Amino acid sequence: MSLDKYFIAKRIAQELHDGFYVNLGIGIPTLVANYIPDGVSVTLQSENGLLGMGPYPEPELADADMINAGKETITTLRGSSIFDSSLSFAMIRGGHVDLTVLGAMEVSENGDIANWKIPGKMVKGMGGAMDLVSSARNIIVAMMHTNRAGESKLLKSCRLPITGVNCVKKIVTNLAVLSVEEGAFRLLERAPGVSVEEIRKATEGALVVEGEIPEMSF
Amino acid sequence: MSKVFQNAQEALQGVRDRMTLMLGGFGLCGMPENSISELVRLGVSGLTCISNNAGVDDFGIGLMLQKRQVRKMISSYVGENAEFERQLLSGELEVDLIPQGTLAERCRAGGAGIPAFYTPAGYGTEVQDGKEVREFGGKPYLLETALTADFSFVKAWKGDVEGNLVYRGTARNFNPAMAMAGKVTVAEVEQLVPAGELDPNQIHTPGIFVQRIFQGVNYEKRIEKLTVKKAAEDVTR
Repeated sequence: MSLDKYFIAKRIAQELHDGFYVNLGIGIPTLVANYIPDGVSVTLQSENGLLGMGPYPEPELADADMINAGKETITTLRGSSIFDSSLSFAMIRGGHVDLTVLGAMEVSENGDIANWKIPGKMVKGMGGAMDLVSSARNIIVAMMHTNRAGESKLLKSCRLPITGVNCVKKIVTNLAVLSVEEGAFRLLERAPGVSVEEIRKATEGALVVEGEIPEMSF
Repeated sequence: MSKVFQNAQEALQGVRDRMTLMLGGFGLCGMPENSISELVRLGVSGLTCISNNAGVDDFGIGLMLQKRQVRKMISSYVGENAEFERQLLSGELEVDLIPQGTLAERCRAGGAGIPAFYTPAGYGTEVQDGKEVREFGGKPYLLETALTADFSFVKAWKGDVEGNLVYRGTARNFNPAMAMAGKVTVAEVEQLVPAGELDPNQIHTPGIFVQRIFQGVNYEKRIEKLTVKKAAEDVTR
């Protein structure tokens, strides 16, 4: 059975280690914060200038001066810190953030990612995505395995304008967990009840399958 | 010489057509509301505006777009504005999209006397077009140049008569770097206090970067996306 976005987020949450500084992108990545495992303490970075991002506020405490990078009202936690944009990206560019989780429209077998622009449609801009993908020590992509037309999003090479080259390390989709190694997608886990053959059909880029592939566990 | 001006009208003296302006803020958070209102009232046009975003249709830089005052936007993300899209597609407006960290650092560099720097952001993408690429330690980087402005408009929570500024929450964002990069930096503050009221240990922008300061009025501080605890189960949109 193909996973929904909540289970994708839940599976990615298993990649969090105690003490990590993590930047979560908009969409499915934001949901990861809801599934941080017990006993694991992570600090969320929001690139508009906050380390230690807390949950959404109680309605009466919403504050126009406290937003995240998605421009949503949020809160601080005990031990949070606030800083300006250039310092925020010094953290990101300097490799101080342990893990970046973001969505994608396409990923190629060599780890290129496309997630900012569709030719012919309104270009909104890359925001912080290019800075994040060019510098993060570890990048996990959260996305559906195929697009709405049923076409693979795991490609030989990206067709859309790319956001960064050779940067994605791991991908969690509704069908599988895969790593990007030596110019190929390596299948690590299957979604419960999804066969290797189904994953193979939905993957355009080179797919390496070695031995028994376990099902994801939750 | 006093840096204190009575209001936005006085503080914006000298702003002319075709100037390059920096405007602080991330979305509507921490943007210089009073200065933008005055720019709209002045009706200056042909402007190049450097700002992370372009406001929304009826607030922020969106108000300047409605009056066709902006010739060029330099931003990282411009998603929330229908008039912006219309002017862009019709060719009335030129847009330079820059990775957010590169934009912040280009402003900081402009104020810090660093003419250019190398960054990995945008390598291998269309952002690379026309830029020098150089490898350091086996990794490729792009040469990016500093940005400066004729006027920088920033918004702080508190400021004193010396121009020292303290921001509040994530309203800090681009304001400190842009304050450094203006030939004339105009700071508007929610509370203007006498010298000595602010703790020198807690100043975010030292007064040397601020040429003019005024007490802002009628802050709307609009919230772009109100999210509250109840909705926490589903936050995707």
